[in-house]
Amino acid sequence: MPELVASTPGLYPLPDWAKDRLSSLKGHQKHDLIDGEESEAITAVYEEVREELIGDQAGLDLVVEGQARWDDMLAHPLTVHENVETGGIVRYYDNNNFYRDPVVTGPLTESGDVADELEATAERTDSLQAVLPGPYSLADLATDEHYGEGEFVEAVAEFLAGEVSQFPDHEALFLLEPSLVENPPTDGEDERASEAIDLVAGATDADVVVHTYWGALEEKVHAHLLDADVDAIGYDFVSEVDDNLYNIQEYGTKASIALGLVDGQNTLVESPETVRDRVDWITERLPAQEFDRITLSSNTELFYLPENRYEEKLATLAAAAAERTPEVNA
Amino acid sequence: MSRQAREQFRRADHENETFVLTTVVGSYPKPTWLNRVRELYEDPDHGFDEADWAEATDDASRLIANEHERAGLDVVVDGEMRRTEMVEYFAHRIDGYQFNGPVKVWGHNYFDKPSVVSEVEYGETWLVDEYEFTAGVTERPVKVPITGPYTLANWSFNEAYEDTEALAYDLADLVNEEIETLVEAGARYIQIDEPALATTPDDHAIVGGCLERIAKGIPEDVYLGLHVCYGDYSRIYPEILDYPVDEFDLELANGDYDQLDVFRDPEFTANLALGVTDAHDARVESVAEIKENIKKGLEIVPADRLTVSPDCGLKLLPREVAYGKTKNMVDAAREIEAEIDSGELDSRLRPASAD
Repeated sequence: MPELVASTPGLYPLPDWAKDRLSSLKGHQKHDLIDGEESEAITAVYEEVREELIGDQAGLDLVVEGQARWDDMLAHPLTVHENVETGGIVRYYDNNNFYRDPVVTGPLTESGDVADELEATAERTDSLQAVLPGPYSLADLATDEHYGEGEFVEAVAEFLAGEVSQFPDHEALFLLEPSLVENPPTDGEDERASEAIDLVAGATDADVVVHTYWGALEEKVHAHLLDADVDAIGYDFVSEVDDNLYNIQEYGTKASIALGLVDGQNTLVESPETVRDRVDWITERLPAQEFDRITLSSNTELFYLPENRYEEKLATLAAAAAERTPEVNA
Repeated sequence: MSRQAREQFRRADHENETFVLTTVVGSYPKPTWLNRVRELYEDPDHGFDEADWAEATDDASRLIANEHERAGLDVVVDGEMRRTEMVEYFAHRIDGYQFNGPVKVWGHNYFDKPSVVSEVEYGETWLVDEYEFTAGVTERPVKVPITGPYTLANWSFNEAYEDTEALAYDLADLVNEEIETLVEAGARYIQIDEPALATTPDDHAIVGGCLERIAKGIPEDVYLGLHVCYGDYSRIYPEILDYPVDEFDLELANGDYDQLDVFRDPEFTANLALGVTDAHDARVESVAEIKENIKKGLEIVPADRLTVSPDCGLKLLPREVAYGKTKNMVDAAREIEAEIDSGELDSRLRPASAD
């Protein structure tokens, strides 16, 4: 029987008190957003938030930092980089959310920004899970004015690998790759995307999960992704069931799998029973697969939710994984 | 509804034979004292009560409607002084909605995104009080902007309906009911705001289905507009021409009319409300500049089918800037009308040539 673990793709909502306090300290405009050189007062608020977010994850098997500081969502690792200029406010995928367009104007040298964030969380848990955008998505979210077509994704991958190599000890690394679904790579690009992911994954000994969402991967993109040396692929079973099942049935998947089973974009809270039923339903349809580990997760980042519902979603995931474990041991 | 219904908004003392209708999209900067008053009203430890709040919003509403009159607008709005955010305001008045707390839009900008937790139902009226008060303090016709059902559905969490479409259609029936009540109260210019269509253009058929429900049974003399902003219009044009509305209110000044070509082919058959001042630029455009923008509209429709307005709501601008833009826009429209009357300018212009 596979081991069931509860985790998330991170990017949590700020606690309501911090929304207010940071609004006052930082302001509401584009130039008020995080640039990597924030004041001590702002840093102190984020430290407090980090503590609280760790507490929220008491029942989860893997603990994320929560990325409360990521004003630009998945584009954050670039928008704080010294060789990146922030352009206009642009739409974040098909959501009513916006981020600053990172315009890469110089070499993507190592920055250490994400590693610094993870240090404090690493001291508080033995089950740290790091979260980064995958190289394909991060390149897709950015504008390249330095590298040129064909080289940019690899440059972003090398940058991310450099960041990972500075991370404190971590159990797992989630690479979020929604762009593989939302803006799929064309012929040739799909292979390069997979190689780029491989490059980032090679920078850590931890388990690497490439998490995809907002639908299912195109067949060929999925097939190429399986060539990357990662431990698991994550599938969004909230937004798309049939095509995800088809991909796994037809092409197989890694020895472990992550399942997006809880809706990160709806306040309707799933019960732990519902989540377990979904796991059973999916695994019954994949008789040829024997998983070492199944990670139960939300399909998307959780910042879309109000604070109360985000907390309830974490509790659902924790309970769903926990109640199954005794059965597994029995 | 009827596209000819716009003639009723020509003032008796309109100085030119040509009539380019001038109006605003809706929201307008709130006077600073109103924000202070809201804080008092929301403070449970303060004695400021419901009656005080009603008096304050009435004052603000009168102030802005009169400011619109002074700027010379043919059709005025009260600047949405009673409203907070464009989804929240309505969700508070519709049964079936629940609020859980703020969610992020971008940076530290949040909104209290509501959840639909049961079938939506029409409870209290939404805008009838706002309309009746405004109509009572101005001689000019008053436009009523209403957030459209697709945006109300798409910018809410949907816990109760099969999908956004089903929820949007139910909300459209409620919008229809509200419009009927507004029409009974005397409203003749209704504008449906659907900014969400710009974010999910593939859903244009759902918006069309919503508008069919909204327009059902609305009398001929009611003028119905649709406002869509900040998106790629090529993804919804020409499909939107099939919508049962008289006028499309479009944001084009912000992109310096780079999307104007979209509306040349096939021919634009509805009335056009063209954004001629940029709602996100705190610079007051000159009359001469705005006249050039109005001429862009004349490349799409003749003057008797053209309305001019700012790109979008003006609420984020300093109030004096909002006033300056509105005033210059009206002056520019009147000058264009006079030039058409005198034969100096054609009522319908050919596209500017590339050379």
